[in-house]
Amino acid sequence: MLGVNMTMAFENLASRLEGVFKKLRGKGKLSEKDIDETLREVRLALLEADVNFKVVKDFTAIVKERCLTSEVLESLTPAQQVIKIVNEELIQLLGGRTYPLDISGLPPAIIALYGLQGSGKTSSAGKLALHLKKQGRRVLLVSCDVYRPAAQRQLEILAEAAGVSFFTLADGAPPESIARKSVEHARSSAFDVVILDTAGRLQVDDEMMEEARRIKEVTSPKERLLVVDAMTGQEACRVAEVFDEVVDITGVILTKMDSDARGGAALSIAKVTGKPIKFISVGEKIGDFEIFHPDRMASRILGMGDILTLIEKAESSFDKEKAAKMEEKLRRKEFTLEDFLDQMTEVKKMGSFGDIMRMIPGFPKAAANMEVDPKEIARVEAIINSMTPSERQNPDIISGSRKRRIAKGSGTSVQEVNRLLRQFFQARKMLFQIGKPEKIGKLRLS
Amino acid sequence: MSVFRKLKDGLSKTSNSLRGMIEGIFQPGVLTDEFLDDLEAVLIQADVGVRATSTLIETLREEAKKQPIKSEDDLYRIMADKVGEIFLLVDEPLKVSDTPPTVYVMVGVNGSGKTTTIAKIAKQWIDNGKKVVLAAADTFRAAADDQLAIWAKRVGADIVSHQHGSDPGAVAFDAARASIARKADLLLVDTAGRMHTKKNLMEELKKIIRVISREIPGAPHEVILVIDGTTGQNGLVQAKVFAENVDVTGVCITKLDGSAKGGIAVAIASELEIPIKLVGIGEKADDLKPFVPYDFAYSIFGLDRTGDVDPS
Ligand SMILES: Nc1nc2c(ncn2[C@@H]2O[C@H](COP(=O)(O)OP(=O)(O)O)[C@@H](O)[C@H]2O)c(=O)[nH]1
Ligand SMILES: [Mg+2]
Repeated sequence: MLGVNMTMAFENLASRLEGVFKKLRGKGKLSEKDIDETLREVRLALLEADVNFKVVKDFTAIVKERCLTSEVLESLTPAQQVIKIVNEELIQLLGGRTYPLDISGLPPAIIALYGLQGSGKTSSAGKLALHLKKQGRRVLLVSCDVYRPAAQRQLEILAEAAGVSFFTLADGAPPESIARKSVEHARSSAFDVVILDTAGRLQVDDEMMEEARRIKEVTSPKERLLVVDAMTGQEACRVAEVFDEVVDITGVILTKMDSDARGGAALSIAKVTGKPIKFISVGEKIGDFEIFHPDRMASRILGMGDILTLIEKAESSFDKEKAAKMEEKLRRKEFTLEDFLDQMTEVKKMGSFGDIMRMIPGFPKAAANMEVDPKEIARVEAIINSMTPSERQNPDIISGSRKRRIAKGSGTSVQEVNRLLRQFFQARKMLFQIGKPEKIGKLRLS
Repeated sequence: MSVFRKLKDGLSKTSNSLRGMIEGIFQPGVLTDEFLDDLEAVLIQADVGVRATSTLIETLREEAKKQPIKSEDDLYRIMADKVGEIFLLVDEPLKVSDTPPTVYVMVGVNGSGKTTTIAKIAKQWIDNGKKVVLAAADTFRAAADDQLAIWAKRVGADIVSHQHGSDPGAVAFDAARASIARKADLLLVDTAGRMHTKKNLMEELKKIIRVISREIPGAPHEVILVIDGTTGQNGLVQAKVFAENVDVTGVCITKLDGSAKGGIAVAIASELEIPIKLVGIGEKADDLKPFVPYDFAYSIFGLDRTGDVDPS
């Protein structure tokens, strides 16, 4: 879902970078000035994605340094090298890898959730509970939010939906008492994990921050997760810094990732606090919760699908000579059934067609759904082999009677012949659509 | 502490950082391209959006031609005046119907502050001796109706609610009927938070609004988009998409009691020409203020409007 989400918010960034990289691509060699110009655009694009000012500055400095190496400057494909570096550095900023939850040690493991009002703590508590329950753990959900009307009731309902237990104390009990009692209860009732939901609070509200600290003190939670709305702007850093100072956060849950926010704030948090993003919440349903992957997030921020993965995959598995020939053909708008078969075989080497297509931003959905399974290839081969050379070269001439003959010859049915032709026409159309030489060159699809 | 002070204090946290960033780079005299580049970044950082940013930069260039910009305060004042102008161009008060009930529908993404803002608006009307009905048309989020019911009790409003998971259109229908029957002055419709990217949820919203306008001619008088003040540049996308789907007549920016930026208000007013009408500055029922264009603009840049009356 993250990979191809070329929604409105990304368009600006993606097309912006596209424009810059296009300029670069025209050059055989890059100068420092070219790189500066590119990085200026990258900088603005990141700022527009809500990435923190200072983080952007450091980031572009590192990227620049890496770009000024001979490897990049003398590369035949400098633009790709630059994109690649930008992407790699983004992944680094985001933590570089996934960080699992630490709930080792003597049970119950305590997890406390903190954050601003409306950031999604309560829903995240429910989702995390379900996530852990699915791993076979006994989870106790605890509401320490005594302020927001019906917050406790909300968590109680979520506990029921997740099929876990719920705990709170009667009205009037202070949050830290609820927290402490819940841990005692969890210990005596052999729960594996306790999840503490806390009230939303502003990082500038000293009293409430003090309460957050007390909750931490009385329960010593192993994990202290800051819940951050992906749509947050520049605030994110200041918020994260203060929460980190007060409760020493161990990680971040990024919520509302089903929005079209680019989530640049998230990038900054990881950098500014040095604390990893551990989970993302991607929808309103209790199951809409995933482990965080820095590489996918980087692609999302760059708005380019997993295009680098695609480039690499394509690079490593495509026959270079064939690719060059194919590119030439596409330029002349030639694409025959034989080429189709060739492509399918190549694509098979790279994994499912759909997987790859889905990595291309803005790619037509219908085309991406094409799957290539080995049996299918055998069938396609049989069908194509039953055609005359002129039919292969020029499939548009294949009429009803020819189809019947081909079906008979290949031991298939007319429907199967039709299906192949349909797929072929679709593929041809789509290749011609994206078949502008430089794009194909970039994707190395040909 | 006066409420205006509170608002300004909240906003000054924004401006402190904005000012802090500008202070680091400003040099009196000519405005170099390098400075304007940095300023551009600072303004985008403050969430004021690309269009307003280039307007502000352009304005500064023009002004600098007329006379050198000597101090940072000059710089801020020029920008604040321009921002005030942007706000004023689209400014419009909340509509009140001549034939009660007046109907406001609150819309927005999850957690932006719709329900709380409803409680605040209700409180203001009730304090003025008016009768208010709340419609619990968020039938989706767990305990959303409980939350609204608690607020209704606190501020003294009537509430119409159905079971969890029921049709929000039906709640709106019953609430419209009830507010007529009970001769209410104001009907406030709470809706479920929805991501602007979800087509089907936007359709649901349209339906709620259709039901209301069928039952009460001329209603809803306001469709208020509630935006969390901590939202970044995505706030502009939110506003755009909501406005494309329903007739958003105004915006309420919440949570400005934090260090949140009011910057997004500039982006919305400048690029979408939707008036900002309300400002949320806390979690209590009293923490709601009308939007005053130049005050807000000046506060963004941490300036005082000397001679101006405290609006509270
Ligand atoms: N600090 C602060 N918190 C607010 C403000 N408005 C709403 N909130 C809080 O934000 C959270 C979400 O508000 P709610 O009204 O439930 O949002 P809804 O999901 O849009 O209905 C609650 O904890 C509110 O108390 C505000 O102006 N300032
Ligand atoms: Mg609500």
